Amino acid sequence: MNPVNYLYLAALLFTIGATGVLIRRNAIVVFMCVELMLNACNLAFVAFSRMHGNLDGQIIAFFTMVVAAAEVVVGLAIIVSVFRARHSASVDDASLMKL
Amino acid sequence: MENLIALLVAAPLLGAAVLLCGGRRLDAVGHWIGTALAALSFVFGVILFADMLGKDPEHRTLMQHLFSWIPVEGFQADVAFQLDQLSMTFVLLITGVGSLIHVYSIGYMEHDERRRRFFGYLNLFLAAMLLLVLADNYLLLYVGWEGVGLASYLLIGFWQHKPSAATAAKKAFLVNRVGDMGLSIAIMLMFTTFGTFAFGPVLEATGDTSEGKLTAIGLMLLLAACGKSAQVPLQSWLGDAMEGPTPVSALIHAATMVTAGVYLIVRSADIFNAAPDAQLVVTVVGAVTLLFGAIVGCAKDDIKKALAGSTMSQIGYMVLAAGLGPIGYAFAIMHLVTHGFFKAGLFLGAGSVMHGMNDEVDMRKYGGLRKYMPVTFVTFGLGYLAIIGFPGLSGFFSKDKIIEAAFAKGGTEGWILGGCALLGAAITAFYMTRVMLMTFFGEKRWQPDEHGHEPHPHESPKVMTIPMIVLAFGSVFAGAFFGIGERFVKWLEPVTGFEHGHPPISALTVTLSTVAVMVLGVGLAYVQYGRRPVPVVAPRGSLLTRAARRDLLQDDFNHVVLVRGGEHLTRSLVYVDHTLVDGVVNGTAATMGGLSGRLRRLQNGFARSYAVSMFGGAAVLIAATLLMRAV
Repeated sequence: MNPVNYLYLAALLFTIGATGVLIRRNAIVVFMCVELMLNACNLAFVAFSRMHGNLDGQIIAFFTMVVAAAEVVVGLAIIVSVFRARHSASVDDASLMKL
Repeated sequence: MENLIALLVAAPLLGAAVLLCGGRRLDAVGHWIGTALAALSFVFGVILFADMLGKDPEHRTLMQHLFSWIPVEGFQADVAFQLDQLSMTFVLLITGVGSLIHVYSIGYMEHDERRRRFFGYLNLFLAAMLLLVLADNYLLLYVGWEGVGLASYLLIGFWQHKPSAATAAKKAFLVNRVGDMGLSIAIMLMFTTFGTFAFGPVLEATGDTSEGKLTAIGLMLLLAACGKSAQVPLQSWLGDAMEGPTPVSALIHAATMVTAGVYLIVRSADIFNAAPDAQLVVTVVGAVTLLFGAIVGCAKDDIKKALAGSTMSQIGYMVLAAGLGPIGYAFAIMHLVTHGFFKAGLFLGAGSVMHGMNDEVDMRKYGGLRKYMPVTFVTFGLGYLAIIGFPGLSGFFSKDKIIEAAFAKGGTEGWILGGCALLGAAITAFYMTRVMLMTFFGEKRWQPDEHGHEPHPHESPKVMTIPMIVLAFGSVFAGAFFGIGERFVKWLEPVTGFEHGHPPISALTVTLSTVAVMVLGVGLAYVQYGRRPVPVVAPRGSLLTRAARRDLLQDDFNHVVLVRGGEHLTRSLVYVDHTLVDGVVNGTAATMGGLSGRLRRLQNGFARSYAVSMFGGAAVLIAATLLMRAV
């Protein structure tokens, strides 16, 4: 199978994720969309790794997974505590830092 | 012997320290301490003088190195003294007249509760003045120069509860400051030109220095002399300085301090000899001032201010003589000494009159005082005859020589300067006769003051009259003693040099015309003030009289040119500061503020809008990268 097809898929997934980040208000959904974007990147890395015949892309994919896991831990904790304090998970409500 | 020189200065300095730090417990004896230390200084001076007379005229200079003041690489300032014939003359004049005036002040200041402080200041003045004339370099001279300025300020404002006295003191201080700036610039110029400011090396090095630099130094020294000696254009302080107690006017503002400028010029003779342009300016300043002071003296009704005008005019003579070069230096100093005697005597006489007249200074309210104050009348009269140049008295010998030297300057300049000096002699005779007639002759014109106290003119106590008698002796005999056989000229010649002038008209003609204009001046004054009664209220007078009463508009001139000019200058500077400088600064700040106000709107608090800008930015970056790749 032509590895370029994997790149098309990665681009499609990234676009879906980016659109979700921009148009959804629910913080959990936004968060999942961010994960979708990260994994789209991972897919692209692995595809490039395969195309170039070396392991650099796969190694970076592992780094991305570690970063994503750490991000999930911190991000979910923030979302939960914001929800507890404000009874809302909408990202538009959390605009207190505005001047 | 050298070690005595420092003691000359130390004695009055000790007096000043003791009297000013001693506090009230010295009130009872303070005046005696001050007088004794002044007299002690005079005794030291006489001992040194006797020693000096015993030596060969060419080797009379004594040097004393006291200590190194500022020893730095390439800059050496010493506290060292130089006593030569010129300094010796000043030392004797300062300590001699100074001691007499200390004695006089014991009586004059008797009822003043701050008499101790007054004597402290007087001693401070003596110490500073002696330092000025004994210093062996210009920097130490400057210390003395500032010291006498301080003492003068303190003494003019001695009765500082009177606003007029406080203002006069400030005025004197400020005007002097302008002159002091000249002296400090001159010293700096000397240092850059010669690398030193000791008299010996500086004056020896004048031979191989460009004339332009010497002219600059000379003009700056002249500016200094103008400030201290009340010469045009820095003359305006002297009249107001008469607010001080009369002994101060006699000692500082007539006999000694105001002559410091003449000393400075004569001491710097070699610089001026090598800079004819500077010399010419000196003579012009002298000639203008001698007429200026004389004209002012004619119109003043305040006896002390009339004498102040006269002082200015007589110092004008000295400055004129000092500007003439080696033909005039000795005569400048000779006139300085004789003037010290008769002007101090005249001021003490004026003080004695005021003492007897409830401190009234307006001559229009005197009249006929010769019956009430015989001693004052005789001593004042002798001083009067001396100053107008009555043949045989002091002023005759010294002033006549200056007029002769002015003519000997040669050419048109000589005629103009000589003419000014002769005219000055006529006006001197006029205004002094006027003072004499208004004070001691005619009908009595005094009236009860607002409290109904009528003054009871009376002779002053002995402690005041004895100094006046001694000074009157000096006024009568000093000139003949100095002048006959050129004794004074020979005495000063090793220091100042001397050349015989060759006036275009014979010396006898000059003498005769001097006497003639003197008689003319006296006659005119007699016609106006002797034969007619003097009105108690001053008549309106001609335009010139009214201008002269206002000191020939000197203060108005200063006000319009300097005060107004300065105000306009500062105002325009403030305007430039407000519009231009502040405009740039405030404009930058306002622009930045406006810009950041716009930028602030981007910060709307919506996470998704931040995400849009992030994506947008990333897209722009990627597009730019691709574009660069493609190119």
